[in-house]
Order: sequence, then structure tokens, then C-alpha cells
Amino acid sequence: MSTQETAELAQFGLGELEIRQALGRVKVRDVDYADLYFESRVSESVSMEEGIVKRATKSVSQGVGVRATAGEKTGFAYSDELTRKDLEIAADTARYIANSPQGAGTLPVTHRQRPNRDLYPAETSVADIATHERVDLLNLIDAEARRYDPRIKNVMASFNTEYKIVVVATSEGLLVGDVQPLSRLQVTCIAEEHGNRQIGTFGGGGRVGFAFYSERDRYRHYAREAARQAILNLSAVDAPAGIMTVVLAGGWPGILLHEAIGHGLEADFNRRKTSAFSNRIGTRVASELCTIVDDGTLPFRRGSLNMDDEGTPTSRAVLIERGILRGYITDRLNAKLLGIPLTGNGRRESFQSVVLPRMTNTFMLAGESDPQDIIRSVKRGLYAVSFGGGQVDITNGKFVFSASEAYLIEDGAITKPVKGATLIGNGPEILTRVSMVGHDLKLDEGIGTCGKEGQSVPVGVGLPTIRVDEITVGGTKS
Amino acid sequence: MASQELKSADKNFAELATDLLSRARTHGATEADVMVADGETFSVQVRLSAVDRLTKAREKRLGLRVFFGKRSASASTSDFSKESLDRLVSDTCALAKAVVEDDQSGLPDGNLMAKDQPDLDLYDPTSLETEAQIELARRGEAAALAADPRITNSEGAEFDSSSGRVLLGNSHGFLGEYRSSTFSISVSPIATAPESGSMQQDSWYAVRHRFAGLDSPESVGQEAARRAVRRLGARKLSTRRAPVVFDQEMAAGLLGNLCHAASGYALYKGASFLIGQLGKRLAPEFVTIYDNGRLPGGLGSRPFDGEGLPTRKTTVVERGMLTSYLLDTYSGRKLGLASTGNASRGIGESPSVGPTNFYLVPGTTAPAEILRSVREGLYVTELIGFGVNMVTGDYSRGAAGFWIENGELAYPVEEITIAGNLKQMFADIEVVGSDLEFRGRIASPTIKIREMMIAGT
Repeated sequence: MSTQETAELAQFGLGELEIRQALGRVKVRDVDYADLYFESRVSESVSMEEGIVKRATKSVSQGVGVRATAGEKTGFAYSDELTRKDLEIAADTARYIANSPQGAGTLPVTHRQRPNRDLYPAETSVADIATHERVDLLNLIDAEARRYDPRIKNVMASFNTEYKIVVVATSEGLLVGDVQPLSRLQVTCIAEEHGNRQIGTFGGGGRVGFAFYSERDRYRHYAREAARQAILNLSAVDAPAGIMTVVLAGGWPGILLHEAIGHGLEADFNRRKTSAFSNRIGTRVASELCTIVDDGTLPFRRGSLNMDDEGTPTSRAVLIERGILRGYITDRLNAKLLGIPLTGNGRRESFQSVVLPRMTNTFMLAGESDPQDIIRSVKRGLYAVSFGGGQVDITNGKFVFSASEAYLIEDGAITKPVKGATLIGNGPEILTRVSMVGHDLKLDEGIGTCGKEGQSVPVGVGLPTIRVDEITVGGTKS
Repeated sequence: MASQELKSADKNFAELATDLLSRARTHGATEADVMVADGETFSVQVRLSAVDRLTKAREKRLGLRVFFGKRSASASTSDFSKESLDRLVSDTCALAKAVVEDDQSGLPDGNLMAKDQPDLDLYDPTSLETEAQIELARRGEAAALAADPRITNSEGAEFDSSSGRVLLGNSHGFLGEYRSSTFSISVSPIATAPESGSMQQDSWYAVRHRFAGLDSPESVGQEAARRAVRRLGARKLSTRRAPVVFDQEMAAGLLGNLCHAASGYALYKGASFLIGQLGKRLAPEFVTIYDNGRLPGGLGSRPFDGEGLPTRKTTVVERGMLTSYLLDTYSGRKLGLASTGNASRGIGESPSVGPTNFYLVPGTTAPAEILRSVREGLYVTELIGFGVNMVTGDYSRGAAGFWIENGELAYPVEEITIAGNLKQMFADIEVVGSDLEFRGRIASPTIKIREMMIAGT
């Protein structure tokens, strides 16, 4: 009984017997599967603007989500009280879907296997960094960004940390816990010249310690990048409109994969056959040069997890292999109903939300082309380096994402910066037009958040430099 | 499993708030405010007539903001135990001492606090049995599935009911509380083109404070089906300039962009294309925009704002002129203006600015007549992506809708973008429709914009 899980349960004021009783109450005759998800979360944020660290907030929450599934049905209840009575009420709600009488027994806990790796050792957590150290960091960022160029008129920076302890107990006898630190540092600069005002944003983070932000001068890099983008946009010209060849730089432009491919391969849409990728396993959806994976096992990454929110160890799932669609990403319910393997992608925003299949870190493996050659190969096109958000319509496959830093390519050379343009395409088609893949795979800096059914979870993306022969660019200039 | 009445006797929020305010004072805070909220939600999702998911929950949260002179911090917790609240007070006070003085920070002036708290018809005690709620969702989906043979699949239908209360108290002695409830239904059918097999999804919804005011599940389901089926066979367009008609929902989205740019926070940070535009012309004469926090039954209505100031009706655009920003106390002070009662606030957060009921006053032209006035143009019914730059007003979003030829909807279109600049787009509004309907906090009639860039093939 002296396992780490027991210690984590004690954090919630609970013992193993109460867990077994609650599971016994919910796992009644017609319930296929039930689980309890305990979560305690401390979030802290400090933010700065106009050279002053004005705001500091701290939020503490804890609770339990109780779930039962029967066939395709899910019963779900949650409570921010963790008394035995609250657990019982939640369990009764969850089992309602199975139309079965109340269970009375207890269920045994038979295994408590933690993944035999720790991708983000908790001692590196930023949770116990003194507020004044965070304040000092933001002040340094302000100074750095303003030093970059006198046209930088305002600097906004925020540092957010989250420290989450979770315990998952399932009707299959699993009891497993995890401690999940997460932090993010974000810088936004506003530049102004002769009434022309422009914005630049940069940041990074991960499941990392506070020292991460000083290593390799990261925080200075974030400040300078945000300033550089804002200044660059002062001289940006109107973006072209129409079909163009687009070269996407490595790293964050991997958001293309997340929107165009990733969401459409989540198992829930495919079980319901509502995705543009439904029934397409084994068919070609990308050029031979494209191999795309979703990998939750990369140390310290924002999208990584030791286990997903159902206690399944995360994995590296191959989504597309040399252009052929290989698999979906799954949670328990959808893996079971589809009869396909668990990939460790069952995620939830908090104890207040249901588990959905979600991405972790989604990226394309490196190819063989020299990034310079890729740019040189384009007579007239767009070179997109950084993006804001994106969105996809799962059913018809149409996706968009908006460039925040992009340039014209003219006769094989990068020329003028262009104003933000939205790129639009069709998920199952777009990657068939990838004609060159660079050897320079880069993961993003660690700022991504993905929204689905109102739930936000941290994710990562990555991409080598690639050439897409044709994509519609939504600028203003004919 | 009927949804239970909130039991006020469980916890007396007013006592809790008063106690925390006095403890903050004991810790040396010069001013403070407390927000407490609780609520319960019950959500039913049905797919292909079977129950897909039931969700039921009760939750509560308490947030404290303290000021030590001009320093301030906030914190919140869901744990109302004595130890937890003790920690909350000491943590918040410690945080406040760690940040820098900010001259404009502080509560609003005490004499400005809301004195009356009118009943705005936000709460309906109707409690629906589980089976009744499942039946409502089922009826909505069934209506969509039966509406057209091309409706072949469904992402389901959802019926949600929730109720809750919010209490705000501050060290000026202000104490306000109100209850609200929400009932909503949405249906998301999928249509398949018989020839190509390609799919389109769309959805429709209704939301009200009062259950009795909600559209029937059948009408919501039928409208959802109509919207999904009409998208079948969508084509791309070639790149061109053309007039663009925004339907009610898309026009409301544009107003949402304006709301964002008119927020005092965006303005004092230099992050809005409306900087320096107060008192200047934004749109033609026939454009008037209000933000009204006291519309009876309005989805954005509330008796007081996130700082305890009375809500009110603000004229944001009057006959085309930008007449007011949306402000709370802090952003108002930064700009040298008074709050407009638009403080919006999550529990345990500093106030920000948000709309209440923000709407464009309808004109006299019926939407069908607007379409008839277009010889060649685009009717936009869906926009996706985040291509709106608030600082510059640059606008470029993914769009779907219909190509208009000689005043008729000729065929559906998709995989195109529309681009322009928000300032220009508002200046270019040519017609405002007569069809204002509130389905959210921001509402607009159909509008026609003179010309935008459409990118396609």
C-alpha cells in the first residue's frame, strides 16, 4: 500500500477502499467500463504590460470525474467535493445510462503499473518558484524587447504555470497516477511608425522547469523574436490572392498537419463516419514523401504525457506512412468500438470534461531536400514562417490557417514580407501536393493549445521545410 | 435524477463574502472584492436516436481580489473549507505584495456601485426530468433525419439545462447577487451527396434563459437539416472582387470583431484599429450599434457588471459615428474615461471588458430583398479560422456560402477566403437587413458589404 498512487490518493483525502467502493457502485451489470479521474490543479500567472508587472493570479481546483460506458453510451458526472457521498451521487449519475440497479460490491485494484519512464520529472516543476523571480524574468523581457528597436512601443508578456496531479482508477483494476507540470512564457510587442501599428508574438514552454527559460538565452530569444516580427510587419505589403506554390518553414507551420490531417484522424469522428478521412485507412492521402506521426513520448514537450487521462501509456502512432493512411488516434471507448489499438490519446481538459481522442505532438518526419534548394525551386510563391491559429471542418475536410510572418518568393529568392494571409485547403488533398520535404525537421517552441468540443489541451506540432505545389492564399491583392 | 433546486441554505454566500472581505482587511488589504458562484448543469447528447452521453455536475468557485494601495492580485479556489479559504487570503495578499504599483488600479468609486438590482428575467426554475430532456434532444435529431433523404448521418443533438447564481461583494459595502438559468438545444446533421458521396455537416441551435421561450426541437432540427443539405455540391470560385452579403450569424461575428476592437483594454494597449477613432465616422448613417445590459431576458443581460457597477444601454455607434468604447473602471481610467459598466469577469480573475447584449439596429430591407439586389456576389454563411488582426483591422478568413447570380442563390461555394480590412468593411456596409434576432450576446441583421477580395482558384 505504500505506492506512489496511495500517496497521491491521500492528497485527495481518499484511500483505496473508497475508490474500490465507488467503482463497485458504478460498475454495474450492464456497464462495460467505468473510471474515476481525480485531479488537483494549481495554476499561477503573472503578466506585464507598459513595463509594469501588474497582475498576478493563482487558481486552485480539485475534483473527480466519474464515467461509465455501456456500448456507445457514456454516463459522466463530476464533483468538486470529494466526500464519499459526492462520489456516490456521481457514480449513480454515471451508471444511469446502463439502466441497471445500484451496485453494492467493491472492485479490486489489481495493477498499478506506471509507465517505466518519466518524461518530465516533477522536481523540475516551476510551481514553487517565488513570484519575484517570475517578475524579474518579465522585466528582463521588457528591457530586451525595447532594446531591439525604439519603434517598439509596448511589450506585453505573461508567464503561466500549472501543476497538476492526477489519479486514474478503472473498473479493470488499474490505479495509476501522474504529476504533470506545464509552463509557458509568451511575449507580444506592438511596433509603431508614422501611425502604422503592427503586432508580433513569440513564446515557448513545455513540461519544463523555470531554468528552461534562461537556458540558451531562451527568454531573450522570445523577446527579440516578438519585436522582430512586429518591426518586420511595419514594412509588409498586401498578400496576394489566389492559388500559389507555398513553402512552409519548419516548426510551428506544422499546424498544417494538425488541422489538415490530425483532427480528421481522431477515432471518434471515424467511428461515427463523419470525417473526411472515414474509411480511408490504407489509401493514399499524401505524397510518398510524407510520413506523419503523433508522438506523446517526447521528453519535456508541451504535448507529451507519461500516460493519457485514462491511464494508457502514450505512444508514437504512425498516422501516415509514405503517403498511405495507416491509423487513427484513439481513446478507450472508440478503440474498443472500432476494434483498433489504444494509442494513448484519450485526453480531457479537466475532471469537468469527458475524455476525447486528442493529438499530442504531431509532426512530419524529415525528408532529404536542402531547405535552401526548396526555396530556390520556386519561381513565384509564398514562404510562410509563422502562423496564428487554424481551424478545420472535419466533415468536408476544409481547413484554414493564418500566416503571421510570410514573404514573397520571386525567382527562387525570398523578397518582401507580406501581411497576414489565410491559407485554405482540403485535408485529404493538400498533402498529395507536397513535392519536396527538407531534412530540417523542427518542433515548435511549445505554445500550442488545441480546442475541441469546448475543451482546450496543450499540444505540439513539428515540420521540416516543405514545398506545397498549390494552395489557395487568401490575400487582398489580385 | 431531476435537476435539483439550488439550495441557498447550503452555504450562505453573503456571509462567506463578508467574512473573507474582513479577513483580507485584517491581512492589511486596503480594498478587496469577492465573487462567489455556484451552479449545476445537466447535458444530454443523443446520436442516431440513442443516448450518447449524459453529463451532470454541480460546481462552485470563489475568487478574491485584494489591493494593497496600488498593488493588486487575485486568486480562486473550488474548496470552501476553512483551511483552504485561510490559504486563499494569505496567498492572495502575498501575491499582491510581489507585483508592482499600478497608478490606475483599484475598485470603482464607492458612490458608483449599483443601487438597484432589477429583475431582468434571467432565471426560470423549470426543472426537466432526465427522460424529458433526452426526448427533447431526440425530437430535434429525428426532425433533422426526417427532413431530407440526403441527411444520412448525424453528429447528434444536444439538450443542456443549467442554472446558477453569482454573488459579488466588495469593501465599499456593495453586495449583489443574481440567479440565471439557460436552456439550449443544438442539432448537427450530416448530408451526403447521392452522386459523389461527399459529406457536409451543419448545425442549428436555440438558447434561452426561459425554457418556454425556446424554439421547438422540430424547428431547430429542420433548420439544421436545411443548412446541411444546401451545402451539397459546393464549388470553388475563381479569385475575384465582389459584393459580399453576411447572413445573421456571420454578421454577428463581424460585430464581435468590432466589440473586441472597442474594448478599453485593446485600446490603451495600442492593440486596436479603433485607436483615435472616437467621435469619427466608422460606418454609413444608417448604422447604429447598441450594447444594452438590461434587455429583459437577454442572454448578455445582468443587473450589475463584474465590478458591481450598474449595467446600462450604451450607444457604441450612432448613425455611423463611433460614440463610445466599451470600458470597465481600469481601462476607463487608462483612457481618461468613465466605465460603461462592461466589466466582465471570470471567478478569481481581474476584470476585463465584454459586451452585454451588443447589436446592430435593424433596417427595413428584408434579407431576401438584399440578395435580390445583388447581380453577382457572395452570400457568406460560414467563416472559419482566426485571420483577423485587431491591431491593423486586416481580415482574411476561410469562407463558405453561395454564389449569387441575378439576385438568386445560384450554387453553394466553399474552400475560398474573403479578405479586406475591418475599418473599410464597416465603411462599406451598403444595406442593413430587417431581420435582427437574438441567439447570443451579439446579434446582427443580414448586412451587405460593397466589395471584398475573394480568393479561390
